[in-house]
Amino acid sequence: MAVALKTQEIVLNMGPQHPSTHGVFRMVLTLEGETIVDLKPVYGYLHRGIEKLSEGRSYLQAVPITDRLDYMCAMTNEFAYAVAVEKLAGIKPPERAEYIRVIMAEFTRILNHMMAIGFLFNDLGAYFTPVLYAFRAREHILDLFEWASGSRMMPNYIRPGGVAGDLPEGFIPQAKKLVAHLWKFADELDTFLSENEIFLQRARGVGVLPPEVAIAYGVTGPVLRASGVKYDVRRAEPYSVYDRFDFEIPTLPNGDVYDRYMLRLLEWKQSLRILEQALDQIPDGPVSEKVPRRLRPPKGEVYGRIEAPKGELGFYLVSDGSDKPYRFKIRPTSFVNLGVLREITIGHKVADVVIILGSIDITMGEVDR
Amino acid sequence: MAEEIIVPPELRRNILITTVDKLYNWARRSSLWPLTFGLACCAIEMIAASASRYDIARFGAEVFRASPRQADLMIVAGTVTHKMAPQVLRLYHQMPEPKYVIAMGSCAISGGIFNSYAVLQGVDEIIPVDVYVPGCPPRPEALLDALIKLQKKIDRQSILTVPWYRREKA
Amino acid sequence: MMEEIFQLLKEKFPEAIVEIPEEAKDPTVVIRKEQIREVSLFLRDEVGFNYLSFMAGVDLPERFEVVYYLYSMGREPISSNLGPLAIKVYVEDKTNPSLPTVSDIWPSAFQQEQEIYDFFGIVFEGHPDLRRIFMWEGFPGWPLRKDFENRTFTFKELEPTRPKAPYW
Repeated sequence: MAVALKTQEIVLNMGPQHPSTHGVFRMVLTLEGETIVDLKPVYGYLHRGIEKLSEGRSYLQAVPITDRLDYMCAMTNEFAYAVAVEKLAGIKPPERAEYIRVIMAEFTRILNHMMAIGFLFNDLGAYFTPVLYAFRAREHILDLFEWASGSRMMPNYIRPGGVAGDLPEGFIPQAKKLVAHLWKFADELDTFLSENEIFLQRARGVGVLPPEVAIAYGVTGPVLRASGVKYDVRRAEPYSVYDRFDFEIPTLPNGDVYDRYMLRLLEWKQSLRILEQALDQIPDGPVSEKVPRRLRPPKGEVYGRIEAPKGELGFYLVSDGSDKPYRFKIRPTSFVNLGVLREITIGHKVADVVIILGSIDITMGEVDR
Repeated sequence: MAEEIIVPPELRRNILITTVDKLYNWARRSSLWPLTFGLACCAIEMIAASASRYDIARFGAEVFRASPRQADLMIVAGTVTHKMAPQVLRLYHQMPEPKYVIAMGSCAISGGIFNSYAVLQGVDEIIPVDVYVPGCPPRPEALLDALIKLQKKIDRQSILTVPWYRREKA
Repeated sequence: MMEEIFQLLKEKFPEAIVEIPEEAKDPTVVIRKEQIREVSLFLRDEVGFNYLSFMAGVDLPERFEVVYYLYSMGREPISSNLGPLAIKVYVEDKTNPSLPTVSDIWPSAFQQEQEIYDFFGIVFEGHPDLRRIFMWEGFPGWPLRKDFENRTFTFKELEPTRPKAPYW
């Protein structure tokens, strides 16, 4: 005689202080057994009021605040802000400054993908060893950043009009040596991690994101390209000097956790290709336009966007002719990418939620602003 | 009159004379276990301090516990917002005595660059802090310096006067 | 390319367009707020704008504005995707501002509309789950309005406004 099991749903709180929520992110899960029936994300635990703060500061004073948005990749935040302000005020930075910006942005992309892979494996249970490998290589890249700009993490280097100062003597040969080292490190990680039996069993077919759902939810970046949609802001609306380099946009068909990891590894290698070309072609010349300290752009609105390591990052600026922005709106990559979390975790188990969140690769500073 | 206890030379390698205070403090300060409480950017520098270049394991603090019931050091690394402040207070109360707090970074000390409507201006509005580490973010070496200063502070405590062994309510 | 799209809009919805500003840096069209849903469906299905990048609210002295930025995605080659089209909606009523929702047309608007409600107090009619996501219900005021001065609060001041647990 078959007995029907009487089950009850429980509500579980994966609270703001949790070892694997990538910052202060809270999820309220409704579970039936171990399977997820509903997921409600709670934001706001790192909401610092950046948009209101920047309305009281001038255009140049807002550069250190944009550093602290996505704190793992500070250089690309400043790059996006500089692109937006230059579009608004009609400034064109010199050639050498554009090449320096591209070099810094591509190093930042490699740094972010290294840390994303490391933290994904931290969530899977390989406690801390891949993170330590990633941090060892990160220290070499941070040495270069500190040499050029003076600070490891919050460099305050890329400003509207150019960059803050020229590269020091000996930077370019050192950077070329680091690029050669990073090629070997990428192959090393590939050998260790890509064919790992446990990883394949846990990640294949988990958290599948179909391409129409991805486009409808506005997802961009590696998460979108791992679902098969070929879209990159560097090709769709080219900015800076990216149209002079020869690189590919990889895509993968499946859209599960394994593909997102593999795509980050492939993008890392494409970034190394761009870096080799940029370090060879960099011209001499001035590094900044003469931009007044109190910049007063003409009245109007503009939206400037770039391809940040996590997706499309943009700034929507409204100016009323004075030296402070009237409205400073940030189009945050991770906030829009997190909108799709509920769709792709329904039906999975609790242990899978952790790795799906890790594969989307968020930073709470950008989600909450 | 205190007599000095002389250990005969043939036993000097086997017998050690010390005070209870020194032994108690040495054991406590050489194995401070921090709580994983990274909120924002300073958390990345805290993880870098525990990575291989600036090794925090040399000072005994390598085991970062996720549960507050098993930790005895809380490094508040990052901005404490008004929405997060009750949770910080709750976690502090869940930690058992003896416990210490390091406020890392400008945002934890005084709100930092964010003097806005949503940020608590300094975590010492709600919990007592032992060591302050300025910087935005502080270098990993600065965090190691703070840990050493905290260890020296623990060395100065005495078992007769510590608050968790008192009879009356603190 | 943008000229043809403006032509199509003028033919299909002549009474919905309020103005097309000439000096804007990105192509912009201002739509009446009652017809934002029909125009959105037309743009998504007939013209091919399937990617809503973001929505922003602006607090001007005489009115609120809500701006939508639309792109298309998925075409080959990548540079043939349709460029930015900015749709603006004027919300004249500043005491009870409200606007129809587009969260069923573009699901990425679900979270963005919650954010605009949290910052400005603009209600989106028809939204399935409109609540304050960054601050909490009961926080005094709408932070990004211009009449909310930027001041710091202490922990004790905000203590009575907090909701009782459980809350989200």
